Amino acid sequence: MLMTDLGDKIAIRRIDADDLRHVVALDERVTGQAKPAYWQDILERYATRRLDERFFLIAKAAEAAADAPVLGFIVGEIRDWEFGSKPCGWIFAFSVEPGTRLQGIGEQLFQAVSEEFKAAGVKTMRTMVGRQNQLHMAFFRSEGMVAGPYIQLEKELED
Amino acid sequence: MDNPQKGCRQVQKSSQLAIYALIELAADPERQVSVAEIGEKFRVSAHHLAKVMHTLGRAGLVRSIRGVGGGYSFSGNAKRTTLLDVISLFEDSLSNNNLSDPANATTAELALFDVMCEIDDIAKATLGAITLSTMLKQMERREKPMGGAAAAAF
Repeated sequence: MLMTDLGDKIAIRRIDADDLRHVVALDERVTGQAKPAYWQDILERYATRRLDERFFLIAKAAEAAADAPVLGFIVGEIRDWEFGSKPCGWIFAFSVEPGTRLQGIGEQLFQAVSEEFKAAGVKTMRTMVGRQNQLHMAFFRSEGMVAGPYIQLEKELED
Repeated sequence: MDNPQKGCRQVQKSSQLAIYALIELAADPERQVSVAEIGEKFRVSAHHLAKVMHTLGRAGLVRSIRGVGGGYSFSGNAKRTTLLDVISLFEDSLSNNNLSDPANATTAELALFDVMCEIDDIAKATLGAITLSTMLKQMERREKPMGGAAAAAF
């Protein structure tokens, strides 16, 4: 366990259904957009089945009450054979309560999902971050992530 | 055969020296290092480096200590200062991609301009996401498999 300001006072575990409202609220505070239906779907898909390859982890204060706010979350899964890619861990959602950043919560979530991926047998983890999203870019770089061998492409669909 | 060294994007010499010097100083903010010591380590003239250090001083990234045993020490925030922040002190623009005659540019010129802009945007985003603290961790990883310092931002 990493020792930081809150490092030894944080518990990382899989999400329970009762935690979801806190995740929805945290996501809304950070992104400015409430997405309860989306998160309900993510909960059902990533916290109820195929749990050996899907990981929806949350961070809470270690001695907090059961209904205490979620301080951060990370969601990932094992993806395989996309355009020939060997099985790898994918992180597609990650957030930390703004008032508790720089205290090691994000790093603990990242390390926890890394351990889950390793235990599941993959050797690489990936994510996709917007170029302008310096907050997430800087965090993932600080954790040792670098540009990988795949390039994200997109196209505007015309009417 | 590809040469990975040749393929690296080049920033100006002053920017490179500034990054090297800042990494050297940020590794131990309590330490004072002379221009001569840094110059010797990175094989550059003290004269050129002195100009670079002066610019870094004006930006508040280093502190000058005068007198015997003096030199420079780091005075910035290594978790908040990105490579792009440093480069921007020495270069007006990261890109030399431009249209010489925009009003009369052909579609071929415009298409190539778009491609080069795409590459520049990626380079800028990368340099803007790597802090001095991350560079120090990257150096640790080159020396051993895993670094372990606290993460930036989160």
